[in-house]
Amino acid sequence: MTKSLTRLRKKLLSRASLRAMISLAVFVLLWELGSRSKQWLGVSLPWIGQVPAPSGVLRVWTGLLTDAGYWQSWYLSLLRVLAGFIAAMVIGIPLGLLMAVSKTFYGLSFPSFEILRPIPPLAWVPISIIFWPTQELSIAFVTFLGAFFTVVINVVGGAKSIDGRFFQAAQAMGASQWDIFRRVVLPATLPSIVVGSSVGMGITWNVVVAAEMISGGGGSGSGGGLGFFIWNSYVGGSYEQIVVGMISIGIAGFGCSEVLRALGGLSTPWLQKR
Amino acid sequence: MNNMIETDRLSQQAATQGAIRIEDVVKIYDPDGAAVMAVDHCSLDIPAGEICMIVGPSGCGKTTLLNAIAGFHSITSGRIFMDGKLLCGPDKPMAEPGSDRIVVFQNGALFPWKTNLENVAFGPLMQGKLGKKEIYEKARSMMADAGLSGTENNFPGEVSSGLRRRVEIVRALMNDPKVLLFDEPYRALDSLTKSVMHEALLEIYYKNKVTIFFITHDLEEAIFLGHRLVIMTSRPCKPKKILTVDIPHPRDYGVLTSPRFRELMEETSAVVHEEAKKSFAAGEREG
Repeated sequence: MTKSLTRLRKKLLSRASLRAMISLAVFVLLWELGSRSKQWLGVSLPWIGQVPAPSGVLRVWTGLLTDAGYWQSWYLSLLRVLAGFIAAMVIGIPLGLLMAVSKTFYGLSFPSFEILRPIPPLAWVPISIIFWPTQELSIAFVTFLGAFFTVVINVVGGAKSIDGRFFQAAQAMGASQWDIFRRVVLPATLPSIVVGSSVGMGITWNVVVAAEMISGGGGSGSGGGLGFFIWNSYVGGSYEQIVVGMISIGIAGFGCSEVLRALGGLSTPWLQKR
Repeated sequence: MNNMIETDRLSQQAATQGAIRIEDVVKIYDPDGAAVMAVDHCSLDIPAGEICMIVGPSGCGKTTLLNAIAGFHSITSGRIFMDGKLLCGPDKPMAEPGSDRIVVFQNGALFPWKTNLENVAFGPLMQGKLGKKEIYEKARSMMADAGLSGTENNFPGEVSSGLRRRVEIVRALMNDPKVLLFDEPYRALDSLTKSVMHEALLEIYYKNKVTIFFITHDLEEAIFLGHRLVIMTSRPCKPKKILTVDIPHPRDYGVLTSPRFRELMEETSAVVHEEAKKSFAAGEREG
């Protein structure tokens, strides 16, 4: 216990974390200076002079911490991201594996896939609003698309580049087709799945926020997700809240990436110990 | 010293299985386009338990022959037998891959996502011949025999390339193969590691009687390890000179400085060099 504590202290006081703290402190300080340039220097600096100051943002933020609507926004965005992301994994991974394993299926599906892939997820917003019965489903669907194509393309690439010697070795040692799939194809593709999912997760956050802004976030006042929270703050003229929303998304995205990184590390232990 | 006598006694037990007979084998790639002949009417008899070293320039078609025995590639004509049973022939151009013929690959084919122990246990687990517990017990003891104790729970990527090769050989032996097919397994190793690996391989061989079909272009390696050398012509590949290495087994690295070893080197290097030059002139690439 004391050992892990000293390790934690060591980590917190390490050169890298010290630099990170300095970086953040300098950033916030410059921002504060820029925002208050009119008040302090008498001239409003261009662009930055219009941005709410971090102290003001913090004040508004602390007020929001007890606001149910704010947390509702977190919850809704997170839910949409998770729904879209999990659906993309559940559908994308098997599809990618199937495309990699079967030449016939690859030939039949890949051309259509490649035409749909470059379409930005946001271009899907209008049609998905028409297509899906509820606003919620259409946002989740667009979010799903954001991660889906990335996951599939990574799985296909990963599974197709497996060294043929692994198959030959497994086959000679008596592995059945199913064994080869389960014990060679799957683990060999896992690193690509991890990469695909973390890239996909990033896109998911991009997409969900934009989709919420465009679609009006489900329409119900302040509870429309973080994207709608930002838009609503803009319309309502609370510039501090806009920044609170932006930073919230940053934190949420960072948290999701960290969780994924940890899960990815746990599922590919052989890549961690080198 | 005791150990030496022990291995000596063991080495005199001849293997009774794993004789390979290659009969007039031809392999032509792309028979209806620009046909390239890789193997040209090649015949070779390898008695059970022999270490047969196949020496030839890069890209001469040695690996094609190995792949035909392993069942990874088809042959165009001819026959290959193991212990009198047909592996491949006119009606069956591609042999069935099996655990009686295991390949140790050029750059290694250990599964990086499995620990060394899991790799070693893989074959028997797939074949389902033994219970899980027995398999892991056998795997541990075979690894210990090969000096691999303590690396069981490491991933292959965590140990040195020399140890990795050893793990791979143990993984192959776990299948009780009759023939081990080596495709230049030590090519990427430095010469010091190589010399350690050679002695280790011989030690393993003395304990487990198998036939060894070993592809190399390193003449020193070939003479040190082999009962016989088969020097191949540059593409298309067929035996050019077959030489029996009359240095008795068990051998250790002292052999390298013996006069007989030097003589054999001299006798063969001219032949090998000539083929290498031909191959170079023909612009063969590695492979």
